[in-house]
Amino acid sequence: MSRIGVFVCHCGENISATVNCEKVAKITGELKGVEFATDYKYMCSDPGQTLLKEAIKEHKLDGVVVAACSPRMHEPTFRKACAEAGLNPFLCEMSNIREHCSWVHPKDDLTTEKAQDLVRVMVEKVKKNKALNSIKVPVTKTALVVGGGIAGIQAALDIANCGHKVIMVERQPSIGGHMSQLSETFPTLDCSQCILTPRMVEVAQHPNITLHTYSEVESVDGFIGNFKVKIRKKSKSLDEHLCTGCGLCTTKCPQKKIPNEFERGLGFRPAIYVPFPQAVPNKPVIDREHCTYYIKGKCKVCEIVCPTKAIRFDQEDEVIDVAVGAIVMATGFDVLKTDYFPEYGYGKYADVIDGLAFERLASASGPTQGEIRRPSDGQIPKKIVFVACAGSRDPAKGIEYCSKICCMYTAKHAMLYKHKVHDGIPYVFYMDIRAGGKNYEEFVRRTIVEDETQYIRGRVSTIYEKNGKLIVKGADTLMGGIPIEIEADMVVLATFFAEAHPKLKPVETNTAGIFLAGACQAPKDIPESVAAASGAAVKVAALFSNDELTRDPLVAVVNRSAPPVYSQCVGCFLCQSVCPYQAIEREEIKNRNGEVIKTLARVNEGLCQGCGTCVALCRTKAIDIHGYSNQQVYTEIMALLND
Amino acid sequence: MQEFEPKIVAFVCNWCTYAGADLTGTSRIKYSANVKIIRFPCTGRIDFMILMKAFENGADGIIVSGCHPNDCHYSTGNFHARRRWIVFRNLLNFTGIDTERIQFSWVSAAEGFKWADVVNNTVKKIKEIGPYENYNKIAVSTLFNEEGATNE
Repeated sequence: MSRIGVFVCHCGENISATVNCEKVAKITGELKGVEFATDYKYMCSDPGQTLLKEAIKEHKLDGVVVAACSPRMHEPTFRKACAEAGLNPFLCEMSNIREHCSWVHPKDDLTTEKAQDLVRVMVEKVKKNKALNSIKVPVTKTALVVGGGIAGIQAALDIANCGHKVIMVERQPSIGGHMSQLSETFPTLDCSQCILTPRMVEVAQHPNITLHTYSEVESVDGFIGNFKVKIRKKSKSLDEHLCTGCGLCTTKCPQKKIPNEFERGLGFRPAIYVPFPQAVPNKPVIDREHCTYYIKGKCKVCEIVCPTKAIRFDQEDEVIDVAVGAIVMATGFDVLKTDYFPEYGYGKYADVIDGLAFERLASASGPTQGEIRRPSDGQIPKKIVFVACAGSRDPAKGIEYCSKICCMYTAKHAMLYKHKVHDGIPYVFYMDIRAGGKNYEEFVRRTIVEDETQYIRGRVSTIYEKNGKLIVKGADTLMGGIPIEIEADMVVLATFFAEAHPKLKPVETNTAGIFLAGACQAPKDIPESVAAASGAAVKVAALFSNDELTRDPLVAVVNRSAPPVYSQCVGCFLCQSVCPYQAIEREEIKNRNGEVIKTLARVNEGLCQGCGTCVALCRTKAIDIHGYSNQQVYTEIMALLND
Repeated sequence: MQEFEPKIVAFVCNWCTYAGADLTGTSRIKYSANVKIIRFPCTGRIDFMILMKAFENGADGIIVSGCHPNDCHYSTGNFHARRRWIVFRNLLNFTGIDTERIQFSWVSAAEGFKWADVVNNTVKKIKEIGPYENYNKIAVSTLFNEEGATNE
């Protein structure tokens, strides 16, 4: 005979506003096997948990049902409370009478009846629950950081400085990310390279960090503490151990007119190249799409000139397997493609550029050595228009949210322009100025007041070319919406950026053990990316502070019985073929002469994640799953439908 | 006459649809109280005998819902559920249960509105189809009718 305790929570008024909690407690208290039933204002509060613990002791309860919010919210809370009162935590279940009942139905008898049904289901289920012990699994104390931008760099250094191994994967030939493309950073106008490159070098030299550039993550398998990752190291056509990074090959390469991605297409690079002078590692890669040898089958100038004979034309991609315990995703962002803005002529007119390209123009190491010259003819633009919110906060483009950093970098661009072209006039079209950081508002003020930037509140409707000028048409909404037309020499779009959503299937980002850092999560500026990266690093370090992780023991199990039957399992191993985790093993049953009489399935508890696909499939019902066993499920159905 | 209030059981996965139904609650979207949820780790866990058990015990309709294809927390569970459903549908036809009584759907953890729609549409459909009584008829006829065979 069971001794179940039922605790009905009011959740303030969240539940009691539509469900008669006293009645639910009273009716369920009369169910067979229920020893104690009560209702309380806040079960999750300290007094609520104390009430639960004392009832367990006083009434010697052997099962607990808490009817409250979603188990996804407070199941751990109440299971922990039960454990503290000496009751096995897996003898505690929750009925979700808030999200699935009180919040979605009106106040009437049906709602209270539904709550009673939901509680009754769990009372019957908990009678079939078994006391279980948590499973312990080892932790691989190595972290994978995907992305070598400022967020990835910060996360990798923080984790490595905690004494853990880090593997960093970067898609580009060099780490540094978008920050390495920036000229100066707001609101202090620090040189971006000056603060970034020392950190890049630190990553490369750190004894705890293994760097894989020009590489991509192919697949991720496993679970928290025990991920298996395949990394594709794309061929650089180079023996990195022999290469000294002298750069002779890059100067001799006959291909010199390839648009330079790093310069946003404003400059050129050869086919064998280092993306930028401060690159880490500072060793070239061959771009096989543009290399004469790979196109025409002859050339090999780089191989001839290389003093250390490091060029390897026949090098192939290498796929390596690594084991890691945690993953930090810091894949960053990309700016929107040109086809998003046909009305602005982006991609059509050479002098309509995006903010990142302007960074390169303003950068001392950029294609113009820091002089603001327009891409079409190299003239210095005397009138320049910055269009903020290009693409963001625009439901018509499908992007309703604010890209957050554009207000600040547009102000910075206007300021940099004015500092370099003293007689020029910068205009900024904006919707709102959102400058909510430390010294940010002051920075924008300076742009407007000291650097005499013309801020026009309104959107740009269209941009077209006329007599070598770009005609920017818009409206000034602060002047009653009067139309405005500016003959500009150059236009910079503060383009929205599309965060690079991590493609990590089959493991999703809400998976335990995978953390996010930087702009891959949401638009972030540099300080925010760094803060998020350090946050992710702390989470990883906390995870690695344990030698073992405990996991819920809600895993599959193959039943066993006494000889000569041993088990209902007939050894068909259908379960093995459907298991996504390779958790089904073969167990040989031998007689006393050592002869195999039967081969049974056995579940590896460390690998099993408890999906239960094998249970549904098993033709002899020999395999079952803790927490969702056949007995429990059938009991639930019967309890639900027969009141 | 009192309006027919169907009993509908929803078998949902913990990771997507259960969380989606939580979101329906958090967003205070109203839906019909006829549907009650039983939580599973994954739709792959749902053996279709479970559905038969529900019909046996008087369910008028059933919802099975999990993660969208390719979004399964366990990577492949929902594909197994989908395949099994294709096979099971023929079996249902054979046993004389209207396949319209089972709603198979994908509701992600972000689709609170969709869950409310799935519930309301299913309740509406089952109300049109009417109560399910055949199972009990079959049971009675096979137990007590000496001549057996026909279960009209």
